[in-house]
Amino acid sequence: MALLDIKNMRVEFPGRHGVFTSVNDVSLYVNEGEILGLVGESGAGKSTIGNAVMGLLQAPGRMSEGEVRLNGERIDQLSEIDMRSIRGKRIGMIFQDPMTSLNPIETIEFQLVETILAHLDVSMSEARKRAVELLEQVGIPEASVRIKQYPHQFSGGMRQRVVIALALCVEPELIIADEPTTALDVTIQAQILQLIKDMCKSRKLGVILVTHDMGVIAETADRVAVMYRGRLIELGDTSQIMNAPKEAYTQSLIAAVPPSNKKIDRFPKVAIAESDGSALQDFDLQSHWLGRGSAYETSSGSLLEVRSLRKQFLIKGAIRPSNRKYLDAIKDISFDVKAGETFGLVGESGSGKSTVARVITGIYPATGGEMEFDGHDLINTKNAKEKQQVRQDIQMVFQDPYSSLNGRMKIGAIVAEPMFVNKLAENGKERREIVADLLELVGLGKDAARKYPHEFSGGQRQRISIARALATRPRFLICDEPTSALDVSIQAQILNLLKDLQDQLKLTLLFISHDLPVIRQMCDRVGVMRFGDLVEVSETEALFEHPQHSYTQTLIGRMPRFAK
Amino acid sequence: MDMVKRAFESDLFWSFRHSPVAIISFVVAVTLILAAVFAPLLAPYNPFDPGSLNLMNGFSQPMVPNALTGDSFLMGADDQGRDVFSTILYGMRISLFVGFAAVIFALVIGIILGLTSAYAGGRVEAIIMRIADVQLTFPSILVAMLVFGIAKGFTPVHLRDQMAIWVLIVSIGLSDWVQFARVVRGAALVEKKKEYVEAAILIGRGPLGIVFRHILPNVLSPVLVIATISLALAIIAEATLSFLGVGAPPTEPSLGTLIRIGQGYLFSGEWWILFFPAMTLLMLALSVNLLGDWLRDALNPKLDD
Repeated sequence: MALLDIKNMRVEFPGRHGVFTSVNDVSLYVNEGEILGLVGESGAGKSTIGNAVMGLLQAPGRMSEGEVRLNGERIDQLSEIDMRSIRGKRIGMIFQDPMTSLNPIETIEFQLVETILAHLDVSMSEARKRAVELLEQVGIPEASVRIKQYPHQFSGGMRQRVVIALALCVEPELIIADEPTTALDVTIQAQILQLIKDMCKSRKLGVILVTHDMGVIAETADRVAVMYRGRLIELGDTSQIMNAPKEAYTQSLIAAVPPSNKKIDRFPKVAIAESDGSALQDFDLQSHWLGRGSAYETSSGSLLEVRSLRKQFLIKGAIRPSNRKYLDAIKDISFDVKAGETFGLVGESGSGKSTVARVITGIYPATGGEMEFDGHDLINTKNAKEKQQVRQDIQMVFQDPYSSLNGRMKIGAIVAEPMFVNKLAENGKERREIVADLLELVGLGKDAARKYPHEFSGGQRQRISIARALATRPRFLICDEPTSALDVSIQAQILNLLKDLQDQLKLTLLFISHDLPVIRQMCDRVGVMRFGDLVEVSETEALFEHPQHSYTQTLIGRMPRFAK
Repeated sequence: MDMVKRAFESDLFWSFRHSPVAIISFVVAVTLILAAVFAPLLAPYNPFDPGSLNLMNGFSQPMVPNALTGDSFLMGADDQGRDVFSTILYGMRISLFVGFAAVIFALVIGIILGLTSAYAGGRVEAIIMRIADVQLTFPSILVAMLVFGIAKGFTPVHLRDQMAIWVLIVSIGLSDWVQFARVVRGAALVEKKKEYVEAAILIGRGPLGIVFRHILPNVLSPVLVIATISLALAIIAEATLSFLGVGAPPTEPSLGTLIRIGQGYLFSGEWWILFFPAMTLLMLALSVNLLGDWLRDALNPKLDD
């Protein structure tokens, strides 16, 4: 008998625009000591399944059909009070953000002991002993000391370990882990996944691992369920799904994952969720506005030279300069970007890679060092006109597609604004024509100009963001994690688009990402950043095959392998 | 046409249609505002024209023909023989005009100072916000009375009655700008950190363009909520000032002035002189306030899902 058995589950959310079916006729099961990976893109309904099992559907959502059995006993019709004795006791949960599952004003010990006492019939001292043992088991060093600390005194990875200990402390039969490593860096992610795997095997737990990341699934799960728009598309062993997927959707989903072991030219077959209507083929650059001006002369030397760049942030102000405290976001880094190449910057969160982008564009002033762009001094130029000229040449595509577009402006106005501000077009009519061409170029179609940003998905918004950046006819495009907020199939489309645009418009790219496989697909040369230092710069292939610096070796060693 | 269609399909309109409180208060508020706007057409008498008054009509009861003149008044007449219904209609005009104008005055000052302090930061922000903090330590009615008193000192005697309305607007507006400035500053600080502002810097927009074209439209919804609630407060503030005798003059009475006149007769049997203006003020302030409450809930992004 399966540990958890879900039959014909259907979850509906009645709303203003009719009833939305979030999960549609899904049947699956989890055995003891098994990890079931639940994978799908955003909106596939994978988290909803977990919430429905726990009885945690947000009103007005409801499970309208089907049944859920835990060890043969139906739990979907239990009252809220009966459900409470199952939730946390027999089914544990691990969420994406460890901060939301820990109480910030209580110590770890208090939270663990409280949970143990609530569910198990043990004495206070036993509960304490048990709590320390658990922390040791999930790999927290000096557990007896650290248990007295508060959540904010733990790092992100350690906090997630505490959450796992919290989920395990009452010996549940099943654990639902909802994107447990999405908020963590790659080196920590590998450790947490290993921990979940070990706990599953040693304690005979059933685990449902909900994630959007195929790499995580490939490394961790025994079986995989692929979801798409509320439906279960395919269910099978991990090796079968990864290597020989039967359904077309699964095939294209796997094709869209950037391989970590080799560089491919383009991502094949990626038009699953949205059409990929790029109009690049029939676009004559020479005769078009985008090709005019001095912008696209190809030179062979370095386009951008960065020498001993430093950036400090004031973190504690004081009247006396000696009392002020600074954070060194960038400590003395130097690199060149050659014309026409894609230079990658990779690093974990807090390594200063986004700060580099903002110093180059001038959003943040540099603290020290030199930067030269195509012969123009970027730091000491006082001439406002020259400064604006250089600024036009350097544009940026931002990380968050939701905050990078002004929600109160129509797309047409957003894309036209750079031309309007810099007087790049003769009149309003020409501006509108160029906007239409740019929107066609990024694959949206000219009708998009009349709509507002909220009418578009994340991937489409990122296309708009690219169109806006192109509207100053830039030579240098900085992409700051342009796909980290996107689903994998959309990511493949955007990466394809960036490659195509680079070929057509002879752009130079600075590509910033924490995602090593994506870096491998996009970049010619890569710089690895850590704590504000540039530890290694090398050709992409050489970096991945023969990393020199020990930190680079660790990073590449911990990267989720997804070989095809 | 497109705009109208969008408005009817919007989430805001949907939430409006599903809130009986909002619909009722909207109907009440709009009826009162329309009645005030069309007062010259609706009112049976012109209370501001001394020639039309007949002292013999003084203290006429509501709906009962006067024993001396035979005139009948819907809501009775006051001590001077003025029709209470007509004075309410005309008085509401003054109350609403002062209320709207004072809110707009406070709104413009608040938005400009709030945006300036959020965008400029540093010393400018510190100075503006400290002034706001200091002003918050005084009750707003006290600030309004102070401004009113000073302004009165500077106006020539023969202009005082004419200037009274404008002095009222300025004094209520000046006592009210702080909350606008605070809310705008708070919202603008959040918006300022968003990537679209960085994008605007990159394409070469100057500070004014960024503040007014990009940040301002994104901070307007909370401002709209406060403006509605402030309108009710401004109407009440105006009534309070007039009640205390430092507002609208008795020759051109606002609702507050009418209540002040009426309170002298409450216990001598002529209740209607006080009762009807007071009820009108209550309905006006309550309906506008409830609309503001609904708007605050409807525009709260947390209630979206």
